[in-house]
Amino acid sequence: MTTYLRPCLALLLLVLLGSIACGGGSSENAAPAPAAAVADPVNPETAGGLKGSIKLEGTPPAAQTINRRSDPYCEQQGEAKTQNFIVSNGGLENVFIYVKDGLGDMKFPVPTMPVVLDQHGCTYAPRVFGIQAGQPLEILNSDETLHNIHALPMNNREFNRGQALKGLKHTHVFTTAEVMVPFKCDVHNWMNAWVGVLNHPFYAVSGSGGAFDIQRLPPGTYTIEAWHEKLGTQTQTVTIGPKETKELSFTFKL
Amino acid sequence: MRLHLYAVLVALSTAVLIFAGGLVTSTGSGLSVPDWPTTYGWFMFTFPLDKMVGGIRFEHTHRLIASTVGFLILVLAVWLRLAEPRQWVRRLGYIVLGAVITQGILGGITVLWFLPDPISIAHASLAQLVFCLTIAIALTTSPGWKRAYAGRGPVPNDRILQQIATATTVLVYVQILVGATMRHTDAGLAIPDFPLAFGQLIPPSWDPKIAIHFAHRVGALVVTTFALATTGHVFYHHRTRPELWRPSALLLVLIALQITLGALTVLSHKHYIINSLHVVTGASVLATSLVLTLRTRRGSLDALAGSSGRDEVYGLHRDVRHARGHA
Repeated sequence: MTTYLRPCLALLLLVLLGSIACGGGSSENAAPAPAAAVADPVNPETAGGLKGSIKLEGTPPAAQTINRRSDPYCEQQGEAKTQNFIVSNGGLENVFIYVKDGLGDMKFPVPTMPVVLDQHGCTYAPRVFGIQAGQPLEILNSDETLHNIHALPMNNREFNRGQALKGLKHTHVFTTAEVMVPFKCDVHNWMNAWVGVLNHPFYAVSGSGGAFDIQRLPPGTYTIEAWHEKLGTQTQTVTIGPKETKELSFTFKL
Repeated sequence: MRLHLYAVLVALSTAVLIFAGGLVTSTGSGLSVPDWPTTYGWFMFTFPLDKMVGGIRFEHTHRLIASTVGFLILVLAVWLRLAEPRQWVRRLGYIVLGAVITQGILGGITVLWFLPDPISIAHASLAQLVFCLTIAIALTTSPGWKRAYAGRGPVPNDRILQQIATATTVLVYVQILVGATMRHTDAGLAIPDFPLAFGQLIPPSWDPKIAIHFAHRVGALVVTTFALATTGHVFYHHRTRPELWRPSALLLVLIALQITLGALTVLSHKHYIINSLHVVTGASVLATSLVLTLRTRRGSLDALAGSSGRDEVYGLHRDVRHARGHA
């Protein structure tokens, strides 16, 4: 009997020590894969741009107060409202606008500067954003509470990382273009964000008044798509001439 | 007797665990703790209480209860090994121990693999089997079972009752599998109205979610029909046997409650408490039907296990003589 007892006890002790050694939360810093160097194909002498705004027809549902009592820290951060429809000056914010088609086989350099997704005040900032495939995404916990950051892509690798302490960072690199990749926090079920992952830098997110601005577009004919988390997508075709900045507007209807 | 009381405690704690698991699914908290078996890097039992916030409250509590139930079942298996003379009951202890270990591993895998439907459904389904095994142990270690319900003689070998009671239990389990599939494929509100389906008896259009939801409703009707048939048979032929009519009556009450909770789950847009009560009541329906089935088959179970030679251990010879005297 003692022949088996000792190894079993030793194994149990090892498991317990291993578990305790892991205690106290973990610092996550998955190293991003280095992006291959690519020459910028955009000629600044001929590059144009795209400006415009996103309009909303109809009255959006009133923002609802979010019940955040399940986490006392979040509740102490003040009242929070749903952010599905943010309208300012008749324009719709948080719409992701990007070049869906028309760039052909052009390759673009991938920025090494990370895009930061912050968990602050028990909300994501920004709620909607873009990134290039291969560019590092730095996910930061600025809250004195726990968050899990759970990405639910269709074409990239799903991940779910815990950030138990304030200041923890996790860096992730999406490898494949995908519009949009949702994020959620399963601890705080009101927290949602979306990222558009692209192979090029021609994207924008509508801001105040629904305005957006995409610069340094090579001359050409493009399919432009606008995405909204509740209202879906719209597309338009636009032709940009050398040094030309086109005006473009999308109107979403409720 | 102490072993029986302990087995009852284990069965009750397993029911609590199923309710806690229902809360995890109903609140969408299954991935609120991304790691396993640790919790945010902490050893499970040293995770700070003040960090139990949001969805972690449900998921981590479920893990703590699961660990406790696992330990209780380990003690039960050891206790059976040491104190239970019937080999087949001791084997139930080993089986439930293996099942609960498998269940824990499935729970960990489903978290680490982001809740794949087949693993989550298997986790939900095995939970019911673990509960059934604890119920079976509690029943077979009870004084009533051992004494063959003294004073009334052995349960008559009613083959019709055995068959419909067994069919009811199997159908309840199948219905629970369909319900688990519905829950984990997010089809709980695929048909948004009740008792009709999109205002009609039969859904006017179909997709996989509507199909699984409608199958669950049809399953409820089938289970109810079989439960009524079983209960009717018991009340007509065995109304003097409380060990049969009591679980039969309880079965009907629980099914009525379960259908009400199912309706309220839809009408309340899956309120997490109602939804979880629906899960644990389903488990109770299964347990009750199982108790009835096992009692109808008590004689054949003992004969099958070759335990008739041990009747004297439980004083059964006294009850059999008593029954013969009446005959």
